[in-house]
Amino acid sequence: MSADVQVPQITLTGVTKTYGSNPPVLKNIDLSIAKGEFVSLIGPSGCGKSTLLKLISGLTSATSGDILVDGMTPLNARETVSYIFQDATLLPWRTVTGNVGLGLELEHVSREVRQEKVQSLLELVGLTHVARSYPRQLSGGMKMRVSVARALATRPRLLLMDEPFGALDEMTRDRLNEELLRLRAEQNWTAVFVTHSVAEAVFLSTRVIVLAPSPGRIAQEIPIPLPFPRSSETRESPQFESLVTEVSRALRGVHAA
Amino acid sequence: MKKYAVILLNAAAVFAALLLLWQGLDLALHVPPYMLPPPLAVGRAVIARFPSLMTSLAITSEEAAGGLAASIVAGVLIALIFAQSRWIRRMLYPYTILLQTVPIVAVAPLIIMWIGPGTASVTLVAFIICLAPIIANTTQGLISVEPNLIHLFLMHNASRLQILTRLRLPHAVPSLFVGIRIAAGISVIGAITGELFAGSSRVGEGGLGYSILYAAAQLQTDYLFALVLAATVLGFAFFFLVMFLEWYFLHNWHESARTLTDE
Repeated sequence: MSADVQVPQITLTGVTKTYGSNPPVLKNIDLSIAKGEFVSLIGPSGCGKSTLLKLISGLTSATSGDILVDGMTPLNARETVSYIFQDATLLPWRTVTGNVGLGLELEHVSREVRQEKVQSLLELVGLTHVARSYPRQLSGGMKMRVSVARALATRPRLLLMDEPFGALDEMTRDRLNEELLRLRAEQNWTAVFVTHSVAEAVFLSTRVIVLAPSPGRIAQEIPIPLPFPRSSETRESPQFESLVTEVSRALRGVHAA
Repeated sequence: MKKYAVILLNAAAVFAALLLLWQGLDLALHVPPYMLPPPLAVGRAVIARFPSLMTSLAITSEEAAGGLAASIVAGVLIALIFAQSRWIRRMLYPYTILLQTVPIVAVAPLIIMWIGPGTASVTLVAFIICLAPIIANTTQGLISVEPNLIHLFLMHNASRLQILTRLRLPHAVPSLFVGIRIAAGISVIGAITGELFAGSSRVGEGGLGYSILYAAAQLQTDYLFALVLAATVLGFAFFFLVMFLEWYFLHNWHESARTLTDE
């Protein structure tokens, strides 16, 4: 990610989002995210971080301002974007294989190609042994893994994640964080990641954006220059510690304001 | 499995005790058999008139099953229309409630007047009585899909048809089965009610409801009891058939169908 860094993949210019006659959820957001970046959005509840994700995905539209993804409107860019939700959002009537292949199926990929892709993805995320299981037979961590595999199956260039590991215990979350970075190294997508966890944000990101509430706005941007590949040892390094402290401090400043 | 055997055994014991009490009371109090025939007499009637009992049972089950099947087809189609918009639901939902609140006993004579006595009218009565629970439950299942699942489909540029066939319809299947379970029970009641009015198109041969009227008029109380027993068994059979189908289709993934196997 050397030459790529300068190419903007997402640009938001003066974006404001208002629901009805309420005060704006997001006000005048200017943000540029380059190809290959892993950007985390963090902030107190009500700062509009999930709304920001929905705007980039086109699931909701901006009240004013411009959003471009890959030079297109969010709706037109959808083919290259995958979204991972807070809960695994699996279809309970489908097996793991059926769930992972859903996106491909909806995009009319032929059955043979689909089977092949799903197979290799299941291997990639270590789910081959549960390929024929139903979601109810899986643990929370496993379900989330299926959700990630489904998102990656359509070969996205941009991955939007809304607190995907928020409901998991810390150990599972750490392990999935490491896996996510491994997948990213292999597949090279850009990521926008919403989280409540400072440690998670620092561990995953190349840049952390701290948002302030009412109205939602960007309070601070903190680059995370930790070298890749990152592993559990990264979490023990003094640089990691000091970055966590820095982000926490920024977050406290936002809360106090 | 053992637990079920115990439950079944308990139920059978209670049933046997009730039969004994009934037979004993009849003997002790000298109740005339046309008022309350002893269980042995009912048993004899079942054996003696087995062919005509089976004919009545077959006629009624056909009518009830026909009405139920038609209500499932029509109910799902109507639910699909209801699921299209809140506006449509607001406009048409009161009529499904009307369908449920109108006393079927009052409507049955009208239907018979319009269509004439016989199987067709009776099936229609069963159909009407089954329709409301199917519509209500299926509609609920179609519209109660989690928003994020819809968002997921939208993120893959899914068409309206894809969202319907791959998301809303499968999601509605458990609710549909709740509706079918309710409807299956009342379909038998509907058919018998219909028969009380519609009788039969053939003299001397009709469904359970028709035969019940006939037996009552002839003071064949023992056969009347046999018919009531047959009606109850029919209701049970419908209920268990639906339970089995529900288990068959849903046990892999849905909670409601799992309790049967997991306990």
